[in-house]
Amino acid sequence: MSAPLPLDATGPLAHAASALLLGGAFGVALERAGLGDARKLTGQFYGTDFAVFKVMFTAILTCMLALLLLGALGVLERTRILVPPTYLLPQAVGGVVFGVGFVLGGYCPGTGCTAAASGRLDALALVGGLLVGTWVFGEAFALLRPFYEATPARSRTLPELLGLAEGAVAAGVVALAVLGFAVAERLERRSAGA
Amino acid sequence: MSGPTRASAPAYANPYVAGVGLGLVLLAAFLVTGHGLGASGAAAAVVSAGVEAVAPAHARASPFFGAWTGADGGRAPLGDWIVLEVLGLVAGAALSAWAAGRWQRRVDRGPGIGDRQRLLAAFAGGTVMAFGARLARGCTSGLGLTGGAALSVGAWLFLLTLFAAGYAVAPLLRRSWR
Repeated sequence: MSAPLPLDATGPLAHAASALLLGGAFGVALERAGLGDARKLTGQFYGTDFAVFKVMFTAILTCMLALLLLGALGVLERTRILVPPTYLLPQAVGGVVFGVGFVLGGYCPGTGCTAAASGRLDALALVGGLLVGTWVFGEAFALLRPFYEATPARSRTLPELLGLAEGAVAAGVVALAVLGFAVAERLERRSAGA
Repeated sequence: MSGPTRASAPAYANPYVAGVGLGLVLLAAFLVTGHGLGASGAAAAVVSAGVEAVAPAHARASPFFGAWTGADGGRAPLGDWIVLEVLGLVAGAALSAWAAGRWQRRVDRGPGIGDRQRLLAAFAGGTVMAFGARLARGCTSGLGLTGGAALSVGAWLFLLTLFAAGYAVAPLLRRSWR
């Protein structure tokens, strides 16, 4: 391979094809995992089904380790991988608000679209709510903007923030995830036996 | 059988196997585009296109909608990568559910509430969640999953507070699900 990854698929055809194909694969993965099922998703918060945690963290580990490996091999230009900017307060509060909406609504946006696509009318209602909520947020943006832009932090990544090597942080994430998987399996067995 | 919802539904994939699959899709997205996957951004694009259609001057002057339409209306939000990606997601999920014999018109809910209540709760949850996602600059897909794999500080902070809040409010909403 001559050009380092990512390919930066521009051009109208590559743009559309990459979006539709990757989106399609994303939808298949979420549906196969059972993440288009509200009672399975919310089981996470009642200790009965930890599919959300297991699928999500296995996916994060897989991709994180592959990015690390490809970067180390020099195949991937890590600086061209987009990392979201850090705004501590709005991201922490956004997580709280999002978590409440998740348990109330039963899906997150991606799993809601997956569920709606497999015939669930409640997921369709959630997608309607997403559009209305986004519109209200947009109209109120002038008011919300000071908070939205509050507490920016220079570090975008955990290794930068902690002053540790990427490999060390990745090892920590793996260790935490494996511990989490073990706890999840135990709790699931206990709830199934109850 | 792993699906507790309906005893008759075909079993879902092993979560770890599905997780590796999802991780590889995310990796492919990074390698091809440089950014990962997302979902809630498509809602922002669709809403911006809607506002542009009804009140173009208002949309273009807005710092939120204008970011999608362009100050001169030169950008087409509906042609954005994230919108096409979500269209693909819907098609892929529908095809996958149909092929597995899981496509069915229904309302997912616990035994404690009725369909109408559940639809209202889902709508309300969607509006609340939209605020959370926009404040945080992404949802579970675009920020949590994608940023999580890139070891983003904001992503891990978001995931932490999301799960904590979920566990905190779950007992209050138990009737909806259990």
